[in-house]
Amino acid sequence: MLEDKVREFLKKNFEEAIVREDNFRNQQSFYIKRDYLYDICRALKAEPELEFVILSDICSLDWLGDVEEKEGRFEVIYNLYSLKSKYRLLLKVRLAESDPTIDTVTTIWQGANWMEREVFDLMGITFVGHPDLRKIVTPDELEGYPLRKDYPLTYEMPQFSYNKNEPPEVIL
Amino acid sequence: MTLNMGPQHPATHGVLRVELELDGETVVKATPHVGYLHTGIEKTAEAKLYYKVIPMTDRMDYLAPMSNNLGFCLAVEKLLGLEMPERVVYARVILTELTRIASHLVWVGTHALDLGAMSMLLYAFREREMIIDIYEACSGQRMMSTYFRVGGLAYDLPDDFEKRVKNILKVIPERLKDYERLLNDNKIFRSRTIGVGVISAEDAINCSLTGPCLRGSGVNYDVRKANPYCGYEKFEFDVPLGKNGDVYDRYLIRMEEMRQSLRIIKQALEGMPPGPYRVHAPGIVLPPKEDVLSKMESLIFHFKIITEGFKPPRGAVYQAIESPKGELGYYISSDGTNKPHRMRVRPPSFINLSALPKMVEGRLMADVIAVIGSIDIVLGEVDR
Repeated sequence: MLEDKVREFLKKNFEEAIVREDNFRNQQSFYIKRDYLYDICRALKAEPELEFVILSDICSLDWLGDVEEKEGRFEVIYNLYSLKSKYRLLLKVRLAESDPTIDTVTTIWQGANWMEREVFDLMGITFVGHPDLRKIVTPDELEGYPLRKDYPLTYEMPQFSYNKNEPPEVIL
Repeated sequence: MTLNMGPQHPATHGVLRVELELDGETVVKATPHVGYLHTGIEKTAEAKLYYKVIPMTDRMDYLAPMSNNLGFCLAVEKLLGLEMPERVVYARVILTELTRIASHLVWVGTHALDLGAMSMLLYAFREREMIIDIYEACSGQRMMSTYFRVGGLAYDLPDDFEKRVKNILKVIPERLKDYERLLNDNKIFRSRTIGVGVISAEDAINCSLTGPCLRGSGVNYDVRKANPYCGYEKFEFDVPLGKNGDVYDRYLIRMEEMRQSLRIIKQALEGMPPGPYRVHAPGIVLPPKEDVLSKMESLIFHFKIITEGFKPPRGAVYQAIESPKGELGYYISSDGTNKPHRMRVRPPSFINLSALPKMVEGRLMADVIAVIGSIDIVLGEVDR
């Protein structure tokens, strides 16, 4: 039931922002355009019938080399949860390889702070307006973004500045 | 004055560093630094067959291995659209609830130790040993059990499983009373915890807290009740809630949660039906060993699953479970190959830890230790 309400609400207010809807395994998710993300999040949180008050998670993935890459290489997934209706909604945003930036939602949910830092650290997506966008889990010397598909996994050590030019050790 | 607390500090429960800016003994600003234990589990999972990811999940929250296994297995089963037999559901519920008790026991022991009650640690570890023995009887491993599989369990439950669990049901309630006699009215413990690390319900929601940290502030959100998974809708239990959102409330909630877990275990043990310990799904779940030794098809399936794995359909699922620390979620994206395209773990203690500055700023430095303890972090999970 809430599924229809969410759809109606988004169709009514953000018609032009929705790319498509996906319902894989009964999990409603919306692909939305990047520029509308902040407004949609704020509206979903404030709308009294929906009240997506919890931001459960922000994660990202890299579609490099996949058929889905043509829609944009990176995908950022916002995992919203409504306490009142016990309902989960995923918002997915595709970002082009040339411009992996997106608005921050830290002003809506404080909890987004570390989640966005982690996505920035591991996937290299910049959150515009984030108050403290620093690396969080990887060391400062580590170059590159480990979760990107073009970051080699075949090195025994992660690539630091001191072993960058050593030949890779293949571990299969 | 700036003071570094950690990374090698016994009260930070692992390699956590907190940069404290102090004015006298008052904390002006606290900045947690994490990542000392980052092992890249999410990246490594992308290079492994699905069933090879399970041992890595144990190593995230090493105090609650079964919960991590369960979350991953449920997520992959959701991706595949598999339904579990009753016996598997009940066995999983019993084992994850035992895990919750074991994790909370370690928590209450170490937390009390941080606050100066040394004997608590020894008592709590004594009781935990019984649960660890059950892990060992089930899987052969004491800590990194890796007992759950996609599609069921690794082996059938041991013969004396029921006897062992019944023993726990008998012993632990008494011991919980002992703990509460030691701590609840202990003057030192009360003065170090009541009114310390307060976070309001509004802030807790805004900071995405989950688990006992959220419920300590009085917000009724437990994944087991809100979005039941793995048959939790069949069991009767209460969700304890706090009022003040301080360290003492979180302590009370965890103690009560252990009692509720015992209640669930009791119901599950009584209702556990006989039956297979794995679902019948050729090509996805390993066939029984007798069949492998006697039937050609089973042998082929066994060989193919071990070498090639299985290929879930294209798509992405999110599965959340209530781990002892909070909402543990797995977001698994499949591109139709035999390896996950992306596995994201929503780590409860990572996100709970991000609210640490909010809880300690403006309070005494000694409170930082109490608050870190009350968040119940495991750095293996924070950094992954």
